[in-house]
Amino acid sequence: MEEYKVIDNYLMIRLPNEIDHHKSVDISTKADRYIMTKKVGNVVFDFERTTFMDSSGIGIILGRYKKIACFGGKVYAINADSRIRRILLLSGMQNIVEIISN
Amino acid sequence: MIEVIDKRNTSKITNEMRMEFAALSDNEAFARMAVAAFITPLNPTLEEMSDVKTAISEAVTNAVIHGYENRNHMDDRVSMTCTLRGDVLEVEISDRGIGIENVSLAMEPLYTSKPEQDRSGMGFAFMEAFMDNLEVESEVGSGTFVRMCKKIGISSWIDSEE
Repeated sequence: MEEYKVIDNYLMIRLPNEIDHHKSVDISTKADRYIMTKKVGNVVFDFERTTFMDSSGIGIILGRYKKIACFGGKVYAINADSRIRRILLLSGMQNIVEIISN
Repeated sequence: MIEVIDKRNTSKITNEMRMEFAALSDNEAFARMAVAAFITPLNPTLEEMSDVKTAISEAVTNAVIHGYENRNHMDDRVSMTCTLRGDVLEVEISDRGIGIENVSLAMEPLYTSKPEQDRSGMGFAFMEAFMDNLEVESEVGSGTFVRMCKKIGISSWIDSEE
């Protein structure tokens, strides 16, 4: 299961082991609820536990970006391994997401 | 390029599996794990394994949410055939859903017919990027057929070295 935590103006989402269409609908809905009710400006996607992601993950990121970008919010991706990073780069996510390497 | 494909298609089939499952989103994970298990004897690299799983996941997701419009009916079926010719994996995934009106438009990166559903429009682009070869055939009202090929593992390279 994924976990959500609000720290100051940031929504931290600890993503699950596998991200596909089946899981993505739920993650997007929950994330949006936090964005609306807690009034967070920025979203941080934590891929630490994630070993598999398909284009549904890109959909989650794009959708949340559209929700917060018009208010000046930013999206971050942290702890992405080489495979997740490849999927992010292939979709051009580096243009809208700050991919933080550790 | 054409030469390679011809050679691939005439070489002997070394393994094959066929399955059919209900077009439910739960089965996206099942389908990619089944194919991952099927190719494990070829000693795929972690990267190859992840490439194949992503491509399968994209094709099955397309069948579930586009072909069968996410309606989760038990009698909507997705069929998948995996064929091995030596170290080349060929996967065919087909549905009997609504079909695609304009295949080349659907295959364009970032194009999606469902932008309101958080779809990225990268499905076919990922299949193309992660597999060696991709063919898509579709007819409106009768369904969509996807065939993908990929050479797997380093075992053939080890054999040739010996």
